[in-house]
Amino acid sequence: MKRETPEISAGSMADIAFLLLIFFLVTTTMDVDSGIVRKLPPPLDIEVDPPQINKRNIYTVLINSADMILITVKGQDPRPGNIKTLRSDVKEFLRPHYPDDPRFPETEKIELDVKGRTIPYYKTKGVVSMQNDRGTSYKIYIHVQNELAGAVRELRDELSKEYYNMTFKELLDSDNESDKEGAKQIQRAVPMAISEAEPADFGGKQ
Amino acid sequence: MSKFKKDGKKGLPAISTASLPDIIFMLLFFFMVSTVMREVELKVSVKAPKASEVQKLEDKSLVSAIYIGKPTKVLAKKWGDEDRIQLNDAFAEVNEIRGYVEEKVTKIPEYKRKKHIVSMKVDSDARMGIVTDVKQELRKANALKINYSTLRGFDANKGE
Repeated sequence: MKRETPEISAGSMADIAFLLLIFFLVTTTMDVDSGIVRKLPPPLDIEVDPPQINKRNIYTVLINSADMILITVKGQDPRPGNIKTLRSDVKEFLRPHYPDDPRFPETEKIELDVKGRTIPYYKTKGVVSMQNDRGTSYKIYIHVQNELAGAVRELRDELSKEYYNMTFKELLDSDNESDKEGAKQIQRAVPMAISEAEPADFGGKQ
Repeated sequence: MSKFKKDGKKGLPAISTASLPDIIFMLLFFFMVSTVMREVELKVSVKAPKASEVQKLEDKSLVSAIYIGKPTKVLAKKWGDEDRIQLNDAFAEVNEIRGYVEEKVTKIPEYKRKKHIVSMKVDSDARMGIVTDVKQELRKANALKINYSTLRGFDANKGE
């Protein structure tokens, strides 16, 4: 007599799957890391002097340990800064002003290669310099960084809309080779001109 | 004499649970695919500040994280409530950062090393002093690409 093999019960399959599920729920996270990407300057070479920048081209943002902002531009009295107006203020400073206007940074003529045509462009020599105290809170530092990055991004957007009819991000993320080349041209015309001063200690260690 | 005799004891028919494992497996696969393993146990409390000019970090294998913040409530008794640095699973001093970065970089395949990025996960109440120290150390370690980890949703005109 042939015996039938007894069927294996699949009733506990669900329990096993549940166990696995719970294990993965506990040990994994879903959050994708996001933030403001910055490039640090390479370590200072003692023998090489830092490049001299015309005072007129520098927009200085100082943040003290009480999280107050001070803005210094050559030819103007230092004035307290406000996070609300910082972005438009920096945009105005970094927007190329041609013909030369002594209230704004110098410009430099470069040639942009837009869709095969060569277009002359007056690139600003302006630089935003940021300096903070050891006691400055990280929060205000990030907010200022954010506004500065926002100002540059908006200027790039304006230019890329004018020449390519899309935003800079669209240009950068595009799979099209000519768009990627376009993004490089925009980056050349509007550099991320934000520098951080070598750390200085004003208010003593906190 | 009816032909269809009622059986008397006739409850609700049981719902078949045969497809339950399939459903659970589906959930399981969803979570396996969409999540990543938690690498470290946080010893400092980090509440990231908000920003709007945010970029996503695509490849997790290229990112090494540095946490800065106050020790969590449980650890505050032993470690005090000063801002501290956490590398891997332990508190660390500023001078340990260089070794940490080198260790992380060697784990990345050589052709991708240029894309290595250090993500600074700093509490919004931390002071810039310690952050500056860490940044100076990163410059010495030649890890120049950094990311200030932030959450989305900052509007300068509205404040927060």
